[in-house]
Amino acid sequence: MTDQKVPDLRADAVAKRFAGHAAVDSLSFAVERGSFFSILGPSGCGKTTLLRMIAGFIAPDSGDIQIGGRSMQGVAPNRRPVNMVFQQLALFPMMSVGENVSFGLARRGIGGAERRKRSEAMLERVGLGGASEKRVDQLSGGQRQRVAIARSLVLEPTLLLLDEPLGALDLKLREHMKIELKKLQASFGTTFVYITHDQSEALVLSDRVAVMNQGRFEQLGSPQDLYYRPLTPFVAAFVGANNRIVGRAHAIDGEIIEVVTPGGWHINAARSGAIAAGDAVEAFVRPEVAILARSRAELPAQQPCHEGTVESLLFDGANSAVLLNEARTNQEFRIALPQTGQFADLRPGERIDFSFAPDRAVCFPARAAALVQDD
Amino acid sequence: MLILLLAPAILWLLGLIVLPHVDLAVLSLRERIGPREYTPSLAQYRTFFLEPLYWHVFVRTAVMSIISTALTLLVAFPIAWVIAKVARGRGGSLLFLICLIPFWVSETVRTLGWMILLRESGVLPALLVHLGITPEPVELLYHDATLLVGLVYTSMLFMVVPLVSALESLDDSLIEAAYDLGANGFAILRTIIIPHAAPGITAGCIVVFMLTLGNYLTPTLLGGKNSQWFTETIYTQFITRFNWEQGAAFGFLLLALSTLIVWGGLKLAGQRFGEVMQQT
Repeated sequence: MTDQKVPDLRADAVAKRFAGHAAVDSLSFAVERGSFFSILGPSGCGKTTLLRMIAGFIAPDSGDIQIGGRSMQGVAPNRRPVNMVFQQLALFPMMSVGENVSFGLARRGIGGAERRKRSEAMLERVGLGGASEKRVDQLSGGQRQRVAIARSLVLEPTLLLLDEPLGALDLKLREHMKIELKKLQASFGTTFVYITHDQSEALVLSDRVAVMNQGRFEQLGSPQDLYYRPLTPFVAAFVGANNRIVGRAHAIDGEIIEVVTPGGWHINAARSGAIAAGDAVEAFVRPEVAILARSRAELPAQQPCHEGTVESLLFDGANSAVLLNEARTNQEFRIALPQTGQFADLRPGERIDFSFAPDRAVCFPARAAALVQDD
Repeated sequence: MLILLLAPAILWLLGLIVLPHVDLAVLSLRERIGPREYTPSLAQYRTFFLEPLYWHVFVRTAVMSIISTALTLLVAFPIAWVIAKVARGRGGSLLFLICLIPFWVSETVRTLGWMILLRESGVLPALLVHLGITPEPVELLYHDATLLVGLVYTSMLFMVVPLVSALESLDDSLIEAAYDLGANGFAILRTIIIPHAAPGITAGCIVVFMLTLGNYLTPTLLGGKNSQWFTETIYTQFITRFNWEQGAAFGFLLLALSTLIVWGGLKLAGQRFGEVMQQT
């Protein structure tokens, strides 16, 4: 347990099938000590199954899970050095806050006075000093969240598992708790494994994120990797907003592919994967990559220029965007509005030019039709 | 409007519960001094305390009822757990139906069924002889154990129903969380499941205890002549001895006893009557 090289969590070809359907399909990965690791995926991708296998509630059909270098095969959940924060928190309503936090200590046979001391110290650390005597239902959503985390961390687990713990909170509190979680993880240094379907939570919180789809990891990397260098069309579509353009590779010029849509719109995008001329492809352009201009002359000269009609304005403060219809094909295209307020006066129906750097757009070989799913 | 809606309930309460009890209370507080001549007195209650037979039967009834309630709880809890948490859905409904089916038959027939099984010339003693466990058929009826079997059987359903509803409302993630935090099966039962189900357990125990204490048929048929039950004593006073005054006094003593024991049980379990009744 003292060897820094041993990852806190290691999965070797872990698989689980339910009724012939692979919920988790031969996954192997390692999570470094002290890191914040997220598993991001749509509902039904198998992330909950994976988490429950790590916690010990489900046994894998094959493969091995090691925690702190020790195989967990046949180890019951109550004997694993792992604790879990449940989606609905699962605080014990029949106990006070202090009893909730000291529950695990009591199960380890730690005496009353020591238990009280440790649980109060832990509540203090999560900013709930003096709340020991309160009933769980007297706490706000955010406070309950912290009790749930304190209840697990007081046991000093090797690994803390979090099962979409922010899902039940309203937006404002969720934003706040995101920051709190990150701070807590930094101050405790415990390895966190966090599962979520909310890409913003995964990006903000994590050191490393695995994007999961149909029981497999599509990509495992830093949040920046996932956002700027997606390796699969699924990741490109799932992480962050993206414009998806489907077509065929018309011409290939080194790393830049000229894509032509069925309607005849030509765009250029950087190649990712093996693409030959004539192949079906999917290209992705982030809304903030494209630049708007009222006249063609304002756009960078070396970039291909496109034109469109404003369909609607999507005002969302700093995330405001405009939804365009491309002039030739009527395809929808979303562009982030600059913060300068330069295009705040755009009106639906207005004609506008736009362009984007081809090397900041990405083009993949098209997925099999059955696999194409928009988030 | 409200009065109209409540009218059947009020009529029921007044006509069938309050009025008879008032009449019985008056009866119990008088003494016959000559033909059709009565005087107010506490003689009926005095008899109870001065005659050891009566209060022996009284204590025996109370103790047996408490034992029977505890046994019913022990038997019903695993059944309710399976229905609420293991079988769930259709399987659960089916098991529930199986618990319910015996109650489609009248209590008399069910109890007579036990007699057919257990009497000396009955099915079970014959089977025991056949298997060579006993050389002669043994009389299995008229023992306290037999009586308890009958009482538990009769009141099972009334324990299973509140337990199932209490256990169904227990969030599975609480059990998982406790398991995850290091609790073993026994600790989960003690710290999570029982505290959660406490109102349901108490409700079931109250109902079963009341039914058992006031049961007449099962103790009479399965317990036989030597096994006195307090309801039998009351019956004897009213019907055989035609001593209505004494019978009424015994009736009130039984009411006081059950109230006292239920109150004591609630205190012991730290439960409040109002909360418990919401569970049933």
